Amino acid sequence: MVVCLLGLLILAGGLGCKSGSGGSAAHAVCIAGSTSVQPFAEKLSEIFMHQHPEIRVDVQGGGSSAGIQAATQGAANLGASSRELLGPEKQLIEIPIAYDGIAVIVHPSNPLTDLSVEQIRQIFVGELTNWRELGLPPREIDAINREEGSGTREAFEHLVMGQAEVSPAAMVQDSNGSVREIVAGDPNSIGYISAGLVDDRVKAVTIEGILPTPENIKNHTYKLRRRFLLVSREAVAGSCKAFVDFILSPQGQQILEKEGLVGIK
Amino acid sequence: MQQGKFIERVLFLLALSSISSLALITIFIFIEGAPLIYFAGLKNFLASSHWAPTKGHFGILAMIVSSLLVTLGAMVIGVPLGLSCAIVLAEFSPRRLKLILKPTLELLAGIPSVVYGFLGVVWLVPLIRNYLGGPGLSLLAAAIILGIMILPTIISISIDALGAVPDLYRDGSLALGATQWQTVRRVVLPAASSGIITAVILGMGRAVGETMAVIMVAGNALKMPTSVLDPVRTLTSNIALELGYAAGRHREGLFATGIVLFVIIMILNLSATLVTRRR
Repeated sequence: MVVCLLGLLILAGGLGCKSGSGGSAAHAVCIAGSTSVQPFAEKLSEIFMHQHPEIRVDVQGGGSSAGIQAATQGAANLGASSRELLGPEKQLIEIPIAYDGIAVIVHPSNPLTDLSVEQIRQIFVGELTNWRELGLPPREIDAINREEGSGTREAFEHLVMGQAEVSPAAMVQDSNGSVREIVAGDPNSIGYISAGLVDDRVKAVTIEGILPTPENIKNHTYKLRRRFLLVSREAVAGSCKAFVDFILSPQGQQILEKEGLVGIK
Repeated sequence: MQQGKFIERVLFLLALSSISSLALITIFIFIEGAPLIYFAGLKNFLASSHWAPTKGHFGILAMIVSSLLVTLGAMVIGVPLGLSCAIVLAEFSPRRLKLILKPTLELLAGIPSVVYGFLGVVWLVPLIRNYLGGPGLSLLAAAIILGIMILPTIISISIDALGAVPDLYRDGSLALGATQWQTVRRVVLPAASSGIITAVILGMGRAVGETMAVIMVAGNALKMPTSVLDPVRTLTSNIALELGYAAGRHREGLFATGIVLFVIIMILNLSATLVTRRR
């Protein structure tokens, strides 16, 4: 009886090792980090776990910096970052999974077609408050910002604002969808959303002559662009590798493109 | 008899559980929020308008002012409408009309706030933008939507207060030769005043606490408002807008916002209790 049990245990242990990379947490993958990556990672993990019921993927938020830190300390298998690695962080292994463009949108009736990054900054800082100053019919500019903590806002601040703070007079909406909704209704407004979510009710302006199309985002000509990265301390293996491979597989990339991102491949 | 005692115990325990959950919520809000107030300093927290929690600025003055202004605006719109509606229904309308109208008004209270907000965005906001200027999402829009949302509260409590005035008062006044309007104005309204004030204060509590509809129509800008057409952010919207991604000090800042809201609503409810008790 005892021998039988022991045999079973050994068998189970052996099986565990075979499918994982060894270690007790082989079946669980923990991802922490960027709130921009989070919804996409959740979507991917859902489908991945459906295909691999033996692996559990936990996705947590916390922000890019927290994710990078978690990966550095080994608290998470993978850190998710929607910004580039800085200084000592570059020792980590980075796995780019997708591009995301940030489109600056206005009402379709607005004759504006092009803005420079500097002009966008001036609008959101509150230095340009009237469309007249851009050579358009005189109307107050209604700038629409995202809420504090949003990953899209974090990227926008990083790419456009630099050290400057967005004017407190800017309106705030808490999702890409509601920014788009307000811009679609207000002829004097300007906002920014993820490029994949632009539809025909709003108009994306060109940034220094370049439209936020998937091609322009992929070949780096569109300026308001960021990479979504997964980072890890050591080479990914086991369940972790299976998940990363899934994200980079044609199916994973297709899922990301369907959700509005631009694939890395 | 023993069964009666048993049921009494059970009911007592149930009552206790609802009160203790309230106490727990209160304690939790204070534990989560108080460290931030200590960290930022009460003065910086309450007297500054610079809110940038991820950069270490935690001033909520503009939000307190906006919350109070939006509520005041809702009162200016909702109280005269609600009170006149209640007076007509309680004093001047035939019984049958009242039987139809009162449940209809109470149905208004059952409409989810997101529906009010949606109506506001689709219908009211473009009206304000086209005819009055500004972005449309504004203090005014929030005040109008809230003014409509508090009508059921004000009307039904006021009708009950007016209905509680004994008919003897009305008969006496009419017998002295007063007209029906004079009777309502000089006799019934003063007699029902504490109930009506309670109605107004409860309506005010609803307006201060409303979140969803306000987020949708108020624009949520952090600036101190200088006109009714300016977009504003209230205390409740601040919590709901930023809760999704908040961590660490930022999260504490939102709970601290909750403490301020809690204190404001406590003051309102206490004054409602005091007013009714004085009767």
